Amino acid sequence: MVVATPPSPSPTRETGAAEDLLRVANLGVRLDRVPILEDVNFHVRRGTTLAIVGPNGAGKTTLFRVLLGLVPHTGTVEWSGPVRIGYVPQSFVVTDVPITVRDFLGFKSGANVEESLAAVGLGGAALPKRLDVLSGGEMQRVLIAWAVLDRPNVLLFDEPTAMVDIGSQDMLYETLNRLEKNSNITVFLITHDIHVVSQYSDAVLALNRTVRFFGASSRLSEPDLLMEIFGSGSGLAEHKHDFGARGFR
Amino acid sequence: MTESAAYGLVAGIFVGFAAGYVGSLMVLKRMALVGDALSHVALPGLALGILFNFNPFLGAFAFLFAAAILTWYIERTTRLFPESIIGVLFVTALAVGILITPEVDLLEALFGDITTVTLVDALLAVGISVLIVFVSRLVYRRVVLSILSEELARSTGVNVALVNFVYLLLVTVVVAVGIKIVGTVLVGALVIVPAAAMKNVSRSLSSYALLSGLTGIASAGSGILLADYLRLPAGPLVVTVGTVIFAGALVAGWIASRSSSTASRS
Repeated sequence: MVVATPPSPSPTRETGAAEDLLRVANLGVRLDRVPILEDVNFHVRRGTTLAIVGPNGAGKTTLFRVLLGLVPHTGTVEWSGPVRIGYVPQSFVVTDVPITVRDFLGFKSGANVEESLAAVGLGGAALPKRLDVLSGGEMQRVLIAWAVLDRPNVLLFDEPTAMVDIGSQDMLYETLNRLEKNSNITVFLITHDIHVVSQYSDAVLALNRTVRFFGASSRLSEPDLLMEIFGSGSGLAEHKHDFGARGFR
Repeated sequence: MTESAAYGLVAGIFVGFAAGYVGSLMVLKRMALVGDALSHVALPGLALGILFNFNPFLGAFAFLFAAAILTWYIERTTRLFPESIIGVLFVTALAVGILITPEVDLLEALFGDITTVTLVDALLAVGISVLIVFVSRLVYRRVVLSILSEELARSTGVNVALVNFVYLLLVTVVVAVGIKIVGTVLVGALVIVPAAAMKNVSRSLSSYALLSGLTGIASAGSGILLADYLRLPAGPLVVTVGTVIFAGALVAGWIASRSSSTASRS
């Protein structure tokens, strides 16, 4: 395991980021007696973005399930203060269900649907559309709108652009960027895209059942570290984005 | 129309709405044939009622309830899907039911008899149907969310196991009250056909649930009235009317999709 100095908060954010929002210690998860996560330790500062990387089967989604309280585990998961978690799952394919965007977002009662849609760049015109006719990018935006409906202070995104074309990926990350800046939300982001990690996150947690690396995402520019974490195959996709200065920081 | 047929009509209208409403969830859960199979589980209960001279529908409900609990429990503790579990229960119950049901009563148990509906039967059917729709409305969104993504549902605090249990209970109750109208063989159709008909023509979830219920009313009401007029058994006519509506909805859906694709091209 490589543990680097915990990431510094971005100077552009007014987050009081010295405070840890989450501390995870000695976390372990077994499913059907098979170890999925072992001795996982990390912490996350409030108002920052943690990218979680690792090969398939590394335990990334299981870690999210632990944070959501959906699977039993050993070790400690300690949130500082009350948290409201918004979650965007890895897979959400709607076929053959006559459900509109209005129906879906209306499942969270009392929430401001139109405001959430506006926050992700979708107008009220999307409300009567059925979910099964939305493009991949539109569906992801609706899911993000769903996640932010009840004003969470933590967002979990499980590969939010896995089923989205590259043009829409750009728009989605801009949306996340804007939400994070405007709402001081702490973001956990599972991704396979090395550029997303370096451009949009403050810290990175490399998992492969246990922690392979935890530290500032800026350190991923070091070739030796990349090789040590991901091996020669890297395990991360390199997408040719031109994010320019649009990153989170 | 005889007094008994009038009671049957009132019961049929309420049960038809409840069956269509709950059926809309069953179609979304892809459990259309499960409703059909589950209905047959009632047969041994009906038989016991006939043999030991108590209300056969209490026996049917008891067997359906036990089947629902067993299905829910086995689903939670094994990796079997409900359709497999109910499939096993169905053939077992059907075999036992046919063995123990007196031959003279078998036809009524299998196909129902609307002409024997009493005032008490009708009042019970109305009360239970209203309760079914009320509880269905309470859990409807949670059931649909768990169909879309169990993970998403659980992450928003939905107790998926409890919701599935309530849903199964609703299915068993609606099947139990539907048996009096159309019998064990056809009650699956009373539950499924209205929802299947309306799925392709509904533009939203709320309209889908409501239209399924209203189609249930149309099927049951028209079927019972036709049965009274033609002096034929009500059960098969209720299902036949439902199937005609289903065919009409298929054509309407096909025309609507052709029109929208033509409009989008021009």
